[in-house]
Amino acid sequence: MSRPGSRLYKKGVNQNEDPGAHMFTGTTHTAATASPETRLLFTLEKDAQDRKVHLTGKEYYSEEGKTFELHLTGKIKQQLSADPTLRPEYLSSLGLTKFTQRATEVALGKRSQAILENRVLGVHTPGFTAAMRLGAELLRHWYDVNAAWCGPVYLSSPCDDSLAGIFQAAGIQDIREYYYWDDKQRDICLDKLLEDLETAPEQSVVVLAASAHCPTGADLSQNQWAVITQLILRRRLFPFLMLPAQALCYGDLERDAWPVQLCASNGIELLCAQSFSHCFGLYGEAVGHLLCVLKHNSLLLSVQSQADKIVKSLWSQPSVGGARVVATVLSNPAHLVEWQGEVKHIVERCMLIREVLRERLRLLGTPGCWDHLTQQRGLYCCMGLNGQQVEFLSKWRHVYLLPSGCLNVSAINGRNLSYVAESIHLALTTSL
Amino acid sequence: MSVFSDVPQASPVAVFKLTADFREDSHPLKVNLGVGAYRTDDSQPWVLPVVKKVERLIVEDSSLNHEYLPILGLPEFRSAASKVALGDDSPAIAENRVGGVQTLGGTGALRIGADFLWRWYNGTNKTATPVYVSAPTWENHNGVFTDAGFKDIRPYRYWDAAKRGLDLTGLLDDLENAPERSIFVLHACAHNPTGTDPSQDEWKKIAEVMKRRKLFVFFDSAYQGFASGSLERDAWAIRFFVSDGFELFVAQSFSKNFGLYNERVGNLTVVAHDSKSLACTLSQMEKIVRTCWSNPPSQGARIVSKTLNSPELFAEWKGNVKTMADRVLLMRDQLKTKLQALGTPGTWEHITQQIGMFSFTGLNPKQVEYMIKQKHVYLMASGRINMCGLTTKNIDYVAQSIHEAVTKVQ
Repeated sequence: MSRPGSRLYKKGVNQNEDPGAHMFTGTTHTAATASPETRLLFTLEKDAQDRKVHLTGKEYYSEEGKTFELHLTGKIKQQLSADPTLRPEYLSSLGLTKFTQRATEVALGKRSQAILENRVLGVHTPGFTAAMRLGAELLRHWYDVNAAWCGPVYLSSPCDDSLAGIFQAAGIQDIREYYYWDDKQRDICLDKLLEDLETAPEQSVVVLAASAHCPTGADLSQNQWAVITQLILRRRLFPFLMLPAQALCYGDLERDAWPVQLCASNGIELLCAQSFSHCFGLYGEAVGHLLCVLKHNSLLLSVQSQADKIVKSLWSQPSVGGARVVATVLSNPAHLVEWQGEVKHIVERCMLIREVLRERLRLLGTPGCWDHLTQQRGLYCCMGLNGQQVEFLSKWRHVYLLPSGCLNVSAINGRNLSYVAESIHLALTTSL
Repeated sequence: MSVFSDVPQASPVAVFKLTADFREDSHPLKVNLGVGAYRTDDSQPWVLPVVKKVERLIVEDSSLNHEYLPILGLPEFRSAASKVALGDDSPAIAENRVGGVQTLGGTGALRIGADFLWRWYNGTNKTATPVYVSAPTWENHNGVFTDAGFKDIRPYRYWDAAKRGLDLTGLLDDLENAPERSIFVLHACAHNPTGTDPSQDEWKKIAEVMKRRKLFVFFDSAYQGFASGSLERDAWAIRFFVSDGFELFVAQSFSKNFGLYNERVGNLTVVAHDSKSLACTLSQMEKIVRTCWSNPPSQGARIVSKTLNSPELFAEWKGNVKTMADRVLLMRDQLKTKLQALGTPGTWEHITQQIGMFSFTGLNPKQVEYMIKQKHVYLMASGRINMCGLTTKNIDYVAQSIHEAVTKVQ
């Protein structure tokens, strides 16, 4: 079953220009056609209503409705800016070593067999998308080279819609979906998911959210992961795992990475894209990481050299600022404790909003079961609303969800909670 | 069995291998004239004073919002960066047909430009459009355009080894014979690796042929201000082409002229025929960026933007840039003088005639090997040296080494 894609564009403003004006004489071209999500964002920005509530953003929002950096992050930045030993020099293409070491450890665990056996490649990338892109390029050029592999790549339904574009940009056109979110159950439907993956051709790449699934917020349980890893082994599938908001589900970097560790301990080769933007409040700093776990350490140098080559023609090297902050915190036990405290606050606030929203809907007598709100965790949540209901919300109540009916929980706060709950109630009870 | 079993080792990039070898060398007099980054007279990287100042301002600014930047980048950075290339009074800017895309350094700008051209330039013939890069050129030019999908990458004649200067006849000939609509990567100033730029008259001749043959102009501008010490002078070629009515791209890097090597600050300036084409182009570039890095990093762009947009800081920055350019000019002068004083065979005028960070010494591969192995002076096999690697402390040793290489090795 396929759903309309759900993009969490923050500030893409594509204008629906008429094609026709000449550009670089002799070309035929069109302006980028606007997707439903982009049209939504365009409407959002034109909307002059005071009561408009944006629940579509990608970042974590504070109670005041702003993104912010952790207090610790601000402190470390100050320290680093006063550090005379930091040099303005070119980094290696693979980035800041101190950062890649820490990032690798928090994904696989310090005592990981793969790390001890030196068969893990870690590449510091300018953000999460860049990590996905690098992974896609590596797969396109070097996965199962002799079989001239070129897909398919399986994405969850729904997923962040930039994913398909990233694989396509890397030259992989065969993109398919596997069943994931079920509107009626308001949860993952494992049976249908397994069915889809069972019929995937061997050597298919499967993109799976290790935690903080975007945009639904519905994550696989440990039991479900156990079943999936067995399928992966049996069907010879290749997992490309995602950790876009590591630590935001349980406040613990390693806990969110549990599925990565499960796959690795099962001897599965994998890619994993990580981002530290959310849990450090480093949104503008592009702090990403791509992990590649290999079967043998004899392959490490070759794969590393090819990753290096790909990076050189994309962005040459990553930017250093954000990575330095993360590396500094992760390398220092005292900082880690302080960091843990701040992240706990973020996680607890998200849980609280979910609880309060569920309670409000119950009190309003809103039809449907809302247990999933508190059973799931993290920033995002799928409300199970259909397209018409989502449109109702934006048009009549100026409450903006993604077309898939998902929303960013942190964007709900004391000031807009009642209005949002009422609006959802109206969307579900007004006959359209 | 690993799915990556058959992955071959990619060959290392020469310039980084050179630096690695240099690092491992324990000789007390070793000199690194390889990698292209600025060094002070103490052989240290230099944080520009204005950058230090602005960094503190940013870190102490509690009003800063911490969101993702827009996909196309920080707006005030993009406009300031394009202005610095095209000039404050650029009519193209006034006519609203200039836009910028913030990118991950100069490489990122080249890549987004190349990706766009591969998708949208030259009608149905896109992939087959020839891309011309100078012979020689920065080796990554090849990599970027190849990985963007172009299959036909060709050299255009540029360096004349015999006369140690620009091969203008060859260049014009190649322009004349290139298929219409071919893409040409031009170095805006301080050509890498030769340090040899066309004169203003020569640029005019180049432009005349390019216009007639409908060739696409893609400038690589990594050294504005750094080459001559003057922003205007180093942007003359770009501004001339714009005033001559060309649509063009400029891949700008602020790595060298701001010393922000590892913050990755670049801008792809797009000059279009009209504002509608510009808007369409930017919208397509946004789609391309979305699948590459999505949102660019903010730190470096904020530093550059704050500096360029404040008259006081801008003036201070120009002073810092001139400091770097002047040191390079001094080293050029001294090296030439010393070689002449040593009576080293050959003419050494080209050392002061060339401009920017690099000089093509004219040393042949055997002589280069001698320099590295016997004298522990590291330079590229092409004979390219980074003038910034020279200091008042090592220049005598380097001049002596060159003298020996030229006299002992043929």
